[in-house]
Amino acid sequence: MKKLHPQYGFNTLAVHAGTAPDPTTGARCFPIYQTSSYVFDDADHAASLFNLQAPGFIYSRLSNPTVAALEEKLATLEGGRGGTVTSSGHAAETLALFPLMAPGMEVIVANKLYGGTINLMGKSYRKFGWSAVFVDADNPEDFHRAVTEKTRAIFVENLANPGGVVIDLEAIAKVANEAGVPLVVDNTMATPYLSQPFEWGADIVVHSTTKFLSGQGNALGGVVIDSGKFAWLGNSKYPSLSEPSPEYNGLTFAETFGDLAYTMYSHAISLRDLGCSQSPMNAWITLNGIETLPLRIERHCSNALAVAQFLEKHPNVEWVSHAGLRSSPYYELGKKYLPAGTGSVFTFGVKGGYESGIKMLEMVELFSHVANLGDTHSLILHPASTTHRQLSEEQLIEAGAGAEVIRLSVGIECLEDLIADLDQALNSLYRSSN
Amino acid sequence: MPSSTFIDHSSYRDSHIREILNNVNSIAMVGASATWNRPSNFVMKYLLQKGYKVIPVNPNTKEKEICGEKVFGDLASISGTVDMVDMFRPEHEAHELVEDAIKIGAKVFWMQLEIFNNNAAQLAEKAGLQVVMNRCPKIEYARLFGELGWGGINTGVISNSRRRLK
Ligand SMILES: Cc1ncc(COP(=O)(O)O)c(C=O)c1O
Repeated sequence: MKKLHPQYGFNTLAVHAGTAPDPTTGARCFPIYQTSSYVFDDADHAASLFNLQAPGFIYSRLSNPTVAALEEKLATLEGGRGGTVTSSGHAAETLALFPLMAPGMEVIVANKLYGGTINLMGKSYRKFGWSAVFVDADNPEDFHRAVTEKTRAIFVENLANPGGVVIDLEAIAKVANEAGVPLVVDNTMATPYLSQPFEWGADIVVHSTTKFLSGQGNALGGVVIDSGKFAWLGNSKYPSLSEPSPEYNGLTFAETFGDLAYTMYSHAISLRDLGCSQSPMNAWITLNGIETLPLRIERHCSNALAVAQFLEKHPNVEWVSHAGLRSSPYYELGKKYLPAGTGSVFTFGVKGGYESGIKMLEMVELFSHVANLGDTHSLILHPASTTHRQLSEEQLIEAGAGAEVIRLSVGIECLEDLIADLDQALNSLYRSSN
Repeated sequence: MPSSTFIDHSSYRDSHIREILNNVNSIAMVGASATWNRPSNFVMKYLLQKGYKVIPVNPNTKEKEICGEKVFGDLASISGTVDMVDMFRPEHEAHELVEDAIKIGAKVFWMQLEIFNNNAAQLAEKAGLQVVMNRCPKIEYARLFGELGWGGINTGVISNSRRRLK
């Protein structure tokens, strides 16, 4: 793993980065700055802030101290230059593309994604005149073939939905680099603890912080993190950053802010105008969640792998897709990109198809049937009837969310309790289908 | 500010930059622009707000003052002390500017983002000046004294005590 700080390691940074003691009170737990606005010292100070001449706070739609602490923590953990926190993971995806896209332009998108993202990009983006070109997530050559002069970004999920899929990031980053467009990676399922996409050549990382980062299913949120490496200056493909901005008196973001340009733009224009800002309360919950991320992820991963191994041997299970299993086609990629563990979200197929899938949900007593993942609680879902239900049958299969597919997000409870719960559910399923 | 040793210019220790920013008072900014939305003007205004004396040096402007400060045509004509020279000029001008900086007794020679000149740096260091290349004093000030994190930027600063607000 790349060195994130000259002195300190990941677990230390997860606790300390961005959250030094409060300058005014010395409060050790970072305060919730529950305020919408901030006083200006005088007219000149106000003008400096509005002109982007000095760092500072104007209005919490653009930035807020608690939210900024979360941005810095996440940017640090990904090894990025800066972060922009948003109200949800979906908002982060749109915010990430906003400085890059324009009507008529294209984003190349992997076909193995969270179902909501497939809808967002495939359907809603059309209303902005942005077109998403879907390609085979497992085939970097397919990404290469999809590149046109209108391509402005490539978007993939690292450790992709609905589970057990590892993407060949280095190969796709190479395609993006050759095409001269940024690679945007949704790192929600891996978290920076397991994988840091910048290390493999990604340019921008997004997260739904709703998942493992906040960690307890209690705060919606997202983030966009910029590596600071993409060369915007003088690049006519990205006029938002490389040409004078009329709304800021003709300043050019890439020239004035250098490697901070993308993050400055994301606050001063994207958040200002789209307004998908995160509440300080949610940022505070997420800040506290991240302090225990390393401990939780270790347990999530070890529990999930053991559950997958159990399922693989169960007579009522057709197949298990978990990249930590030797039977997985993603086993080698998993060892390369996620050596510390391949996450806790994976899928398996029950015997008996759609009906069995639905019944399984009714039988479990500990796993909760919810449309979320990355919670301390173990969760179970039937994607075909829920998160992925708007997709066509063909899309369902492409996305790995066919009729028999069950998705688990394994929590941090006692392993033997989780296995016992799945065992009784699978066994009763067998009896009931007999 | 003792230091005539050569330092690694690819990564500065935070303490090195912090020491410079804490110790200098007067900064001659070569290439300061009179146009308010140019990057050098942003930097000058910010450093003035933080209490530094900033002396604009620009032979090409018609303006007599930038940000309310008297403009000089070159380093040699500045009356009064100059602790640091901040260079907003192309790197091939660095050598001559270092010679001028040595003559007027500056203690620090600072080259802005994307500006490197190793020969000029060595010349300055041999004369006992501290050198910074490819950095912006505004960004470094904001990074080390707690304001840059406000914009969601990774400052790399880890602290177990209150941030000093300056
Ligand atoms: C990988 C991934 N990205 C993005 C999202 C969307 O995030 P949010 O629900 O926070 O808007 C999800 C949500 O399930 C997800 O799993």
